[in-house]
Amino acid sequence: MDKDLIKELADYVHNAEKEKQEIIKITTERYPELSIEEAYLVQEELVQQKLDAGYKIIGPKMGITSEAKMKQMDVDDPIYGYVFDNMVVNEGDTISISDYIHPKVEPEIGFILDRDLEGPNVTALDVLRATEYVFPAIEIIDSRYENFNFTLPDVIADNTSAAGAVFGTNLKRPESLELDVVGVTLSINGKVESLGAGAAVLEHPANSIARLANMLSKKGEKVKAGQPILSGGITAAVRLAPGDFVNAKYGGLGDVSFFVKE
Amino acid sequence: MNTKSVSKIENHVKHLNNAWETGVGVQPLTVLDPDLTIDEAYAVQLHTIDQQVKSGQRITGKKIGLTSKAMQDMLGVGEPDYGHLLDGMAYENDGKIPFHRVLQPKVEGEIAFILKEDLVGPDVTALDVLQATDAVVPALEVVDSRIKDWKITLADTVADNASSGLYVLGENPKKITDIEIKQLGMVLYKNNQLQNTGVGAAALGDPAKCVAWLANKLATYDITLKAGEVILSGALSAAIEAQPGDHFYAKFAELGEVHVTFTE
Repeated sequence: MDKDLIKELADYVHNAEKEKQEIIKITTERYPELSIEEAYLVQEELVQQKLDAGYKIIGPKMGITSEAKMKQMDVDDPIYGYVFDNMVVNEGDTISISDYIHPKVEPEIGFILDRDLEGPNVTALDVLRATEYVFPAIEIIDSRYENFNFTLPDVIADNTSAAGAVFGTNLKRPESLELDVVGVTLSINGKVESLGAGAAVLEHPANSIARLANMLSKKGEKVKAGQPILSGGITAAVRLAPGDFVNAKYGGLGDVSFFVKE
Repeated sequence: MNTKSVSKIENHVKHLNNAWETGVGVQPLTVLDPDLTIDEAYAVQLHTIDQQVKSGQRITGKKIGLTSKAMQDMLGVGEPDYGHLLDGMAYENDGKIPFHRVLQPKVEGEIAFILKEDLVGPDVTALDVLQATDAVVPALEVVDSRIKDWKITLADTVADNASSGLYVLGENPKKITDIEIKQLGMVLYKNNQLQNTGVGAAALGDPAKCVAWLANKLATYDITLKAGEVILSGALSAAIEAQPGDHFYAKFAELGEVHVTFTE
């Protein structure tokens, strides 16, 4: 795969994000043979374009972390992308639906490490020992592809649909909770729309961070201390509409909410 | 009820009991009797329970079914249903269930309430339930249907004791004041493979609300929830099929684990 093609594909998804215009997935026609490795090259180019434009990486985020989704996509590994500074939404703020294409939300558990984690062979125990805090978070995903219709390489190239992150401020030490049985409800305007528990993420959210460290080590990178990391959606994603009051509650971790307008 | 309907109820009881006698699921009652009403279905259930009590079993509590939106939508109903728990249905934590005890079992994780005061409807609220609760414990419910292939309508499951099978309680009772019941998370494993996850709010938004619904529903049949009864408040996630040899466990936040194994 030559550099021109990588750039062409990164431009293709990046423009869709900038223009808030959905596109047909890469693998339909543009480049049907896109592999997972190539897709990460496109994502790297996309990330570089954003950095060149002056945006900063806030932290990594995990995707395809549930058994059901991995089965549906027929893969053994979760995927990762990056949250940028322009994607961060403050708790209690109002977002405009027009800033997105067709946004959905997922409640997640966030991690902040107090030391770097370098794979391979990082375990969930290593992650918990290196974790300074866990916190409640809501991720806003907004695939640039029509109807969220994509293959695994497509979604990797699209920075794993990253579009927004609402970080809760209720920080807890990891040992104060059993993260696999943190019960989570996602409500829109007071009605529970989806629910689950932490184990929906690779049986324990710390497994997700371990997999991230091990995947990054293949590129010679590590999971960095101090960055908020999104470990993966605990419930099914729910589509947003103007007028929504979005609230996610977490057993022992409080709640996070925000509003949606036109 | 007139004599004709009494004999109809008795016939329905016999029809369902055939499933226990032969070990094979039977035709839905609503196929034999398309006009079966919900009240008649509860009469079939109560009649069956009376027979079991007369034969020496003891009522230990109640179970609430159809507490999730998904289950209610599947059966096209807007409220839960309930069944009776008997001492013969209880298995110890980490116990073994011989497969001949069941027909087509499925397993669900639930929060069980143990009452310290009677709850008399109508007008029981979730707060009343919490005040009348001695402790909550983690539970596995083995739901089972005497109707072949689970081809049930609401009336079928109501007549069949709300598809009750067996139940297993964990031994880690917690005071209601020590837990956050609506946000209490649960994960269900079969043979150490994660099956699904859930949370207290999966049961009608609040398990205590389910128990309040039960107390009020029972008031219409002049039945009272008694101190000491165990109330299974509703599944926190989808029911998972069990086969001989399968080991199930559910892990709950704050409440610990409850295990059961099906043997040949």
